Amino acid sequence: MRAALVAEYRKLVTTRMWWVLLIALAAYLAFIGGVMGFSLTVAPQPEDGTAMLEGAELAAAVYSLVNAVGYVFPLVIGSLAMTMEFRHQTITQSLLVEPRRSVFLGAKLLVTVPLGLLYGLVATVAVVGVAGPLLEVAGDGAFLTDGRVLQVILLGVVVSALWAVIGVAFGSVLTNQVAAIVVILAFTQFVEPIARLGLGAFDATEGVARFLPGAAADGLMGASFFAAFGGGESDLLPRWAALLVLLAYAGGLALVGRLTTLRRDIG
Amino acid sequence: MVSGPPLVVEGLAKSFGAVRAVDDLTFAVRPGAVTGFLGPNGAGKTTTLRMLLGLTRPTSGRALVGDRPYAEHPRPARVVGAALDASSFHPGRSGLGHLEVYAAQVGVSRQRAHDLIELVGLAGAADRRVGGYSMGMRQRLGLATALLGDPPAVVLDEPANGLDPEGIVWLRRLLRTFADEGRTVLISSHVLAEVQHTVDDVVIIAAGRLVHASSLAALADLAEPETYVESPDPEALARLAADRGWTARPEGAGLLVSAVAGAEIGAAAYANGIELHQLAGRGVGLEDVFLRLTGGAR
Repeated sequence: MRAALVAEYRKLVTTRMWWVLLIALAAYLAFIGGVMGFSLTVAPQPEDGTAMLEGAELAAAVYSLVNAVGYVFPLVIGSLAMTMEFRHQTITQSLLVEPRRSVFLGAKLLVTVPLGLLYGLVATVAVVGVAGPLLEVAGDGAFLTDGRVLQVILLGVVVSALWAVIGVAFGSVLTNQVAAIVVILAFTQFVEPIARLGLGAFDATEGVARFLPGAAADGLMGASFFAAFGGGESDLLPRWAALLVLLAYAGGLALVGRLTTLRRDIG
Repeated sequence: MVSGPPLVVEGLAKSFGAVRAVDDLTFAVRPGAVTGFLGPNGAGKTTTLRMLLGLTRPTSGRALVGDRPYAEHPRPARVVGAALDASSFHPGRSGLGHLEVYAAQVGVSRQRAHDLIELVGLAGAADRRVGGYSMGMRQRLGLATALLGDPPAVVLDEPANGLDPEGIVWLRRLLRTFADEGRTVLISSHVLAEVQHTVDDVVIIAAGRLVHASSLAALADLAEPETYVESPDPEALARLAADRGWTARPEGAGLLVSAVAGAEIGAAAYANGIELHQLAGRGVGLEDVFLRLTGGAR
């Protein structure tokens, strides 16, 4: 298993994709952090005061953009780690040196954890680095010493690692690289936000929305930019339950990938 | 000396839906020799190799490397070095990077990756991305990957594809050395002529079935010698061939006569007063034997 982890690590770092996406992530989140930090402090506020947060709540919600906006990046890099094997048919060589396919999949899932943590760290630094000073200067404060806010920031990094793992698991189910990226973009940018809004609008389905992956990630962080400003339901899962839901997504997808893609003939 | 494991295929079959790609295939590949695995495109060579290497599951039968299937060896890449597809590289990874990725699981150091990239003549391109490699360079990189673990058996799918003549001579020498060291060497090709000067044994399949397995010498025995004969009086020559019942077909300005020694043709022409301008043995037509065996004879 150790050798498989070394191999998977080298696969990640010997191509340019990981740092190209990382730079894009940093630039994008710094931009979003700036826009949100600015619009929620400097820009004029609506008079009726709807859905407005203040103080630490506001800071936590802004910092949770790491998940609300940034989660597509670790998800994509995770899915690429798997779909590249199929796109370039390196899966053949990979399974020649390690015919135990569960070891192959396990190593891929595990090795994206540190990469996901790195993505989370960079995303957090980008958002907090830009939005923090704005909140401090123009708003109620950055609240970077507030215990609750720090939890949100810390768990945002953890959530990013989970997204990367879910990405690998998803890639093992949908091995077509283009299709995988299209589905991830469509789901994260359209389907889930609309579903959270739609499901949250009715009493009967309100509870269901919490189990959507993005909502569960918000639950793990304990803050939701989406819930705070998107008009959806604001009732998040407790942290332990949110963690279990995310792990279930990763495990469930990986299991499906193991029983379908990785049981088939290769080539 | 290395003691290479025999490769044994027993009753191997693979169906893709209604298509029987490989059908009840049985043969063995011995160590210490280069074996050519031959057949036309679509004969089932690659499918067979993929089953031998645990990538494809047989519908029935089994394939063994030594005493067990490939995938059941603890470090299979240390037992069999395989190069299956010259295009399966990540184009954004350097040649050296590619070798280093797999070195870990083969169980060798990064230094071994360096050594191999030199051995296959890619030292100058080691840090270039594979996307810019020519087909021949990819073949060499695939070979380097196969050899990472210094394996006692080597399985190469169409290794001569894309190699320049110089590269083919180099490959031939390398494979000969492996066989002389006692390793098991199996190479596939759809062109007999490509490997004719490399292999000791041949395993020929067509439409998924075994049609011939023997030494190359025994295959040559199946070939009939041909003699080219040319006369300024072609009609007389044609009459002679018909009278004697020779199998002959026109070629160029003369006749190509099968399975009749040159001396016999010369004597018959002399006896009949036919002037000959050329009388030349054509050697054995191995390619014709191959085509006949694989059902492609014309």
